[in-house]
Amino acid sequence: MSGTYLGMPAFPKAAHEAVGNQTLRANLRHATHTIRGKRAKAVAEVSDWAELREAGKRIKDHTLRHLDRYLVQLEESVTAAGGVVHWAADADEANRIVIDLVRMTGESEVVKVKSMATQEIGLNEALEAEGIHAYETDLAELIVQLGKDRPSHILVPAIHRNRGEIRDIFRREMSEWGRPAPEGLTDTPAELAEAARLHLREKFLRAKVGVSGANFMVAETGTLVVVESEGNGRMCLTLPETLISVVGIEKIVPTWQDLEVFLQTLPRSSTAERMNPYTSTWTGTTDGDGPQTFHLVLIDNGRTDTLADEVGRQALRCIRCSACLNVCPVYERAGGHAYGSVYPGPIGAILSPQLRGTESEIDASLPYASSLCGACYEVCPVAIDIPEVLVHLRERVVQGGPATREGTKVVLKPAKGHAAERAAMRAARWAFSHPGALRTGQRLASRTRRFHPRTLPGPGRAWSDTRDLPAVPAEPFRDWWQRTHGGKDTTK
Amino acid sequence: MNSRELILGRVRRALADVPRDDPPYDQAVDRDYLREHGNLGVEETVGLLAENLADYRAIVHRCTDDELPALLAGILSAHGSASVVVPPGLPPAWLSAADITRVEDRAESTAYDLDEVDSVVTACALAIAETGTIVLDGGLDQGRRRITLVPDHHICVVRVPDQVVSSVPQAFERLDPARALTWISGPSATSDIELDRVEGVHGPRTLEVVLVSGAGLA
Repeated sequence: MSGTYLGMPAFPKAAHEAVGNQTLRANLRHATHTIRGKRAKAVAEVSDWAELREAGKRIKDHTLRHLDRYLVQLEESVTAAGGVVHWAADADEANRIVIDLVRMTGESEVVKVKSMATQEIGLNEALEAEGIHAYETDLAELIVQLGKDRPSHILVPAIHRNRGEIRDIFRREMSEWGRPAPEGLTDTPAELAEAARLHLREKFLRAKVGVSGANFMVAETGTLVVVESEGNGRMCLTLPETLISVVGIEKIVPTWQDLEVFLQTLPRSSTAERMNPYTSTWTGTTDGDGPQTFHLVLIDNGRTDTLADEVGRQALRCIRCSACLNVCPVYERAGGHAYGSVYPGPIGAILSPQLRGTESEIDASLPYASSLCGACYEVCPVAIDIPEVLVHLRERVVQGGPATREGTKVVLKPAKGHAAERAAMRAARWAFSHPGALRTGQRLASRTRRFHPRTLPGPGRAWSDTRDLPAVPAEPFRDWWQRTHGGKDTTK
Repeated sequence: MNSRELILGRVRRALADVPRDDPPYDQAVDRDYLREHGNLGVEETVGLLAENLADYRAIVHRCTDDELPALLAGILSAHGSASVVVPPGLPPAWLSAADITRVEDRAESTAYDLDEVDSVVTACALAIAETGTIVLDGGLDQGRRRITLVPDHHICVVRVPDQVVSSVPQAFERLDPARALTWISGPSATSDIELDRVEGVHGPRTLEVVLVSGAGLA
């Protein structure tokens, strides 16, 4: 994935620092609680939410289970409609394809629709290295780009910034990129939005090349769909002469009719609206209307490895609504940056370690970035069982075992730093299979309970730094049972 | 091996666990969700459309066929517009009462040209009551996608009740995927600053929807 995140500290360290940032916590708490309440209301308006959720889940699962067939069908239908399809196995190849396509147009700048896929592959940085300027046009992405910052939320990448910070960024940076911020800019959202409108309009009007992602691709018709609010998406999709869409291979749905499910569940889950202000669909090119050249770049970049994991595969159902972020107690306190990926929050905690593998310290730590409370699963509009995948990935980190990396089956070694945990688990297994030893150990623990330290010695110390050790009872349960019931079950 | 074959090969190996008799598409998906929510009559559905459009800050007008030219002229004048983009197939009668410069939607006009125009008047392909959405499909009375995007003021005329459907599933039944579609629910908006909704960023900041019914209908 993107080089932007190289050298990220592991989640516990990054989260520890973020939790100390009062402004960040206040911004996040306000934002996530606002959207959480609205979403619940928007979902309650629809009496068949459970059925829509189940249908969305099944459509996506079926598509993933036959992905090869649907990819080939999509390629045929996009080509028949006048588009050109390219395939990219990894981020470097995808970036190279886009750079070559932009070069062929002779242009040195592109306007971009907000897209997770292009962030994931680090497209902006790759284009910049070749002297091609990529302008983000979504308001939040603009704030992030001008602030030389990183996105921290899937839907609202600048969620960690409040209005005062945004005004300061606009005043300081807009003139570096084009039209400066208006004199006397205040921090009201309406004025800030107006400043962004003026700043970006000059870029939209002259743009010759647009780059987008897509929310959905329809295999049977070759249609692509972009869901947005501001109109920047429509600008980038219709004003330029050339459109390049970079899309993950998992974004397919089989039929046109399938969109009726997702265009009901996505807006309500993400922005808590009945419908987002703008949805654009296009099928290849249309004579005299919109871009006359259309390229679709299909990217793998770890998705087929994720597909190979029968438990983890369900993460590819994700439609990037971000509902799971907004309900997550861990995200709310740690913020999106701590996850070290363009995919933060609960979905990021299962997606990043699968797309990138669990070898790095940050990726090995992500399956632990959760309290397993299950709120993310409750709100997911495609019913991804995030806690199940988290536990599955924890097991992979601690135990190692089979996985697929770049299409090849590998056997992972247990991650470093979990030796004490493994030793404790081995000891527990032994004790539970030797009842005599367990009994003796428990009695011993009870008798010596007053002498137990409040923190653990040795490798267990880090664990007990942030937790209270459970109190040892005065008498083991088995002894109590024996004493009070004589070992007989009196309910029979 | 090229990347296409590489990726398809990886996909096939990744799916080795999927049995040959895995249920086909038409059996894999239960569609027991609703085709529409509630059981509203024709006039109630139109009322719901008006309500939901207004809820997302579109300005809603209702009139009969006969009243339409005067209403459109009034809206344009109230907005202070000096010029209006006209799609090639817009019924000429609609703007017959407006004293305003008409700009044709021509292929050679640039985005800069459109940026100079105050308003645009179009018809639509259909409107969805439950979500307060109008859908444009590039028909001759709607024009190319850019004309409803660059000018700051969009007036969209919806024939009621025949262009109104209740729900999103009903809309998909009637729309043609081969055409480029634009779904519009209220004016341009953003929630990117502290999740406060602000109308008007890049798209038209004012959306006015005229629900026009044939003479004799309510």
